[in-house]
Amino acid sequence: MTYYDIVIVGGGPAGLAAAISARKSGIESILILERDTELGGILNQCIHNGFGLHTFKEELTGPEYAYRYIEQVLDEKIEYKLETMVMDITEDRIVTAMNKQEGMVMYQAGAVILAMGCRERPRGALNIPGFRPAGIYSAGTAQRLVNMEGYMPGREVVILGSGDIGLIMARRMTLEGAKVKVVAELMPYSGGLKRNIVQCLDDFGIPLKLSHTVVNIEGKERVEAVTIAKVENGKPVPGTEIRYTCDTLLLSVGLIPENELSKSAGVELSPITSGPVVNESLETNVPGIFACGNVLHVHDLVDYVSEEAERAGASAASFVRGDIKESSGKVIDLVATEGARYTVPTTVDVDRMPDLLTVRFRVADVFKESYVSVYYDDERIMHNKKRIMAPGEMEQIILQKKKLAEYPDLKTITIRIEKD
Amino acid sequence: MEKVDITCIGCPMGCQVTVELEGKEVLSVSGNSCPIGDTYARKEVSNPERTVTSTVFVEDGEKVRVSVKTASNIPKAKINECMEAINKAVVKAPVAIGDVVIENVAGTGVNVIATRNVGAA
Repeated sequence: MTYYDIVIVGGGPAGLAAAISARKSGIESILILERDTELGGILNQCIHNGFGLHTFKEELTGPEYAYRYIEQVLDEKIEYKLETMVMDITEDRIVTAMNKQEGMVMYQAGAVILAMGCRERPRGALNIPGFRPAGIYSAGTAQRLVNMEGYMPGREVVILGSGDIGLIMARRMTLEGAKVKVVAELMPYSGGLKRNIVQCLDDFGIPLKLSHTVVNIEGKERVEAVTIAKVENGKPVPGTEIRYTCDTLLLSVGLIPENELSKSAGVELSPITSGPVVNESLETNVPGIFACGNVLHVHDLVDYVSEEAERAGASAASFVRGDIKESSGKVIDLVATEGARYTVPTTVDVDRMPDLLTVRFRVADVFKESYVSVYYDDERIMHNKKRIMAPGEMEQIILQKKKLAEYPDLKTITIRIEKD
Repeated sequence: MEKVDITCIGCPMGCQVTVELEGKEVLSVSGNSCPIGDTYARKEVSNPERTVTSTVFVEDGEKVRVSVKTASNIPKAKINECMEAINKAVVKAPVAIGDVVIENVAGTGVNVIATRNVGAA
């Protein structure tokens, strides 16, 4: 069995940034395992611009953003294997992978970084009635077909879900000559960025119907029509149906971290994020297994994925070198409640945290003129007004080590969204 | 007098901004809750611009398409003409990131450039 100090599962934005950071932390023996034919992950099919404003202070397309990291991986001569599928990870960090050249191979890793990304929620998870004809795609699959393979999935399109991928595909299909008839969104607000609603829908006169969902799909061989209806209290309202003739239905209805491998390694998952539960070092409950990027929690911006992955890479490097800081064993729990849905990380060891620790979270609803409040046990120590917070965008607070040291008996830090 | 409604993209608030116009002259901007909305709305009514991204067919490449973008923003009204030029274009592999694929697209003075590498087959 070959030994590597760090094995990284996934060569997308998270895996690449983690690898570069681990190398900069002095680790020579690193292996990236990627199942696709090239590095870069989902960024390769995200040909639109708007990536990298935080990291590079300029707007890049997905492939350009990926290339900035791929170049560094090549320059640093970090080892990687393409078309290599990881089959299993064990608790003692044995990684089993397969590819056409070598068959099945096993690696013993000093540390493992999980960077597998996420998958799209499929039709099967939605309970949409109607037939099961050809012409129903997840938006990301359509994106890959159009942008990488050079195929058009259809000519007359209805889109369910107004997440960013759905919005981006509405514009993309329109530019390629398709007619996008409507975007239906179950929630009373869109999960997508305002910029995408304006530049992908409004620019092309594509209607967005909020609080609407698909109630019927017609067509035996190929989609022939889709009917949507207004939704109130979680139920379609009779009499509000609108029927659109079309040949294609795109689904942009959410992303789910892909954690099959994590489960086999005994990694504990959060029921809210569907990603691993991690501490301040982005380490899972299994020592030496770290997680970053969309496998940990679905991000809004790739910039934050890169930043998080750099932390995971540096933490894994510390683990391998055995120079993790001494701990008195005092661990503070982070709790999200009353409007805040989750936090990453969920625990903080004050001795091991950096001077400033970014804690990311999402809100459960649209909140206007509300406060992000942080409580140290029962004492409110932060109360920041925000004009708007929406579920589609990640929020963050920054914990100061110096400040936490002043609270030696602190057990729980709670994040709440408050009206006043 | 003409009224134009615009959704501001400056932040998730998405203020509905109304611009009152007399010909090309902006008489008033209302509905915005901060200066970003004012600046954005004035730009949108006078000279709206967008970056166009798409793909171009590659001959003899290891991939069939190369992703491309306009090197900077072009007038919004030129998007369709730009797409027509992009759809007609063919490049021969190898293509490198930043290579000019179409010069002065749709008379905008802006080049269309490759946003990824595609090696020869």
